[in-house]
Amino acid sequence: MATLELSINEEVAVTPVRRAPRLGPLFWAAIAWTIFILAAAAFADLLPLPSPTDMDMLERRMPMSQLHWLGTDGLGRDEFARLIYGARISLTVGLCAPLIGITIGGALGMLAGYFRGRFESIVGGSMDVLLAFPPLILALAVIAYLGQSLINLTCIVGVLSTPAFMRVARAATLTLARREFVIAAQALGATHARILLRELLPNVFLPLLAFFLLGVAVTIVVEGALSFLGLGVPPPISSWGSMIGEGRESLEVAPRLAFIPAIAMFLTVLSFNLIGDTLRALTDPRQGAL
Amino acid sequence: MLGFVARRLLYLVPVLIAVSLLTFLIASLLPGDLAYVILGDQATPEKVEALRHDMGLDQPIWWRYVSWLGHVLEGDFGRSFRTGQTVWQAVAERLPVSFELMLLAQIAALAIGVPIAIACAVRSGSAFDRFMTGSAFGMLSVPTFLSAILLIYLFAVELRWLPATGYVPFEENPAGNLRFLVLPALTLALAEWPGIMRVLRSDMIATLQEDYITLAKAKGLKASRILFVHALKPSSLTLITITGINIGRLIGGAVIVETIFALPGIGRLLIGAIYTRDLIILQGVVLFVAGGFVLMNFIVDMLYAVLDPRIRHGHA
Repeated sequence: MATLELSINEEVAVTPVRRAPRLGPLFWAAIAWTIFILAAAAFADLLPLPSPTDMDMLERRMPMSQLHWLGTDGLGRDEFARLIYGARISLTVGLCAPLIGITIGGALGMLAGYFRGRFESIVGGSMDVLLAFPPLILALAVIAYLGQSLINLTCIVGVLSTPAFMRVARAATLTLARREFVIAAQALGATHARILLRELLPNVFLPLLAFFLLGVAVTIVVEGALSFLGLGVPPPISSWGSMIGEGRESLEVAPRLAFIPAIAMFLTVLSFNLIGDTLRALTDPRQGAL
Repeated sequence: MLGFVARRLLYLVPVLIAVSLLTFLIASLLPGDLAYVILGDQATPEKVEALRHDMGLDQPIWWRYVSWLGHVLEGDFGRSFRTGQTVWQAVAERLPVSFELMLLAQIAALAIGVPIAIACAVRSGSAFDRFMTGSAFGMLSVPTFLSAILLIYLFAVELRWLPATGYVPFEENPAGNLRFLVLPALTLALAEWPGIMRVLRSDMIATLQEDYITLAKAKGLKASRILFVHALKPSSLTLITITGINIGRLIGGAVIVETIFALPGIGRLLIGAIYTRDLIILQGVVLFVAGGFVLMNFIVDMLYAVLDPRIRHGHA
């Protein structure tokens, strides 16, 4: 997948002076789009939308009109409504799966980075094993047998994202655990639990959050890929991936049916990437040092 | 060096064992009795029981794992009960397709990424650099199935230059074979060049500030020679890593791309095995792919050590 590899530390040679004013209009545009999509998905039931599942065989692939803002799809369903309801699926999986990843991976990574030793090798080794599998195949196999449902989809994608979160949390904890405030806390006789939760967690949280946003972007793509292959949420529920997949069939007569959800997905993924990358750049202590 | 290789090899053993265990567990613990899958729902309980006994399915799970692993170590990955093909045959038949696709995609990705990275590094901060850096960032947000559809729409539907789907073996028709592979390889390359470009660019910016580059300039060497030979060399490690990771990921075939473009590669084999519940093929091929990925990482590590003495002596 969708391996979470976006954390590559690239701009090494750029002076820190130029980094400071980075919250440009693009960043705020990304924030605006994210809020817009989140709100549309959350309040889809309240919006005056036609039903996303009502078919009308007489009005198949209708062009854009007053009644159907973005036209209708190959089964006469309202494209705009399907787009909004599709955002629900993409965002539910996109937000919940990394939540699983950040919880399990973050906890394992912090423990591994703090206690080191054998525990660290075992955690690192098992993550290596998980990473060795072609993630999409693992997800497909599990979903094919457990059944297509939103929960199964979210869980498996969440588990697949744990190694990446574990690595980020471990790396951050490793550097922090040697800092003065941790040593001071140890000298004062703080318990391991207290050091982990009160001293380390607040500091590990920000890099993890930045990575979480990048994880959301990757997850939306993975969900899209699974739905595109017909193994996402079962029909007739719409998801951006399945809409693109259905649109592919009519690429010659109505390319819009594939491209409208594609644009929505691209903008959303791009927004999460932009926000996550900006946060990462702001919270990464190494870049200030270099 | 030998000690380093031995250490890495020793680490490989538990990882490979865990990989095989997980593969086996996924394929056997998932619901759906293999005997019922083979015989169909209408099978009598006696027949199912007999088949379960024949296949050893009535044995305890740890014993089944051990005997499966034993067969695998002897090179016997099993045989599909649907097509009668062995895992080896199936993989041997599909691997050349995936391999060719992977090779073409890597070449294309490097051909796009490396020159752009160098051009950006030479004029870092310029309008061109900002534009390409921005484009690379944008491209990272384009899923492969999107660029695939876009390419199909452009080159197959609108321009009609290339076929949208299909495949002919290279031996039968080399030109036709390449025509079928252009779009899939390009799709993968479009997903991979941003990674190559971003990392190489920052590498090169740092390298170009080194004294020996100034010296090379002072000696009056041609700019192209300085850039492509002197400045690119220290970045070879990075390039090898990225290409290694990309290749490792593509050993499993590009599932999405092979599906969209109907290429008979490893990815399609796996998808097919999932759809038809062909557990033996699924199990065997996943083990093959995951093992290949682990070995690929091992090879990259080794190349690293060969190229950079600090790593093999443990100073890095």
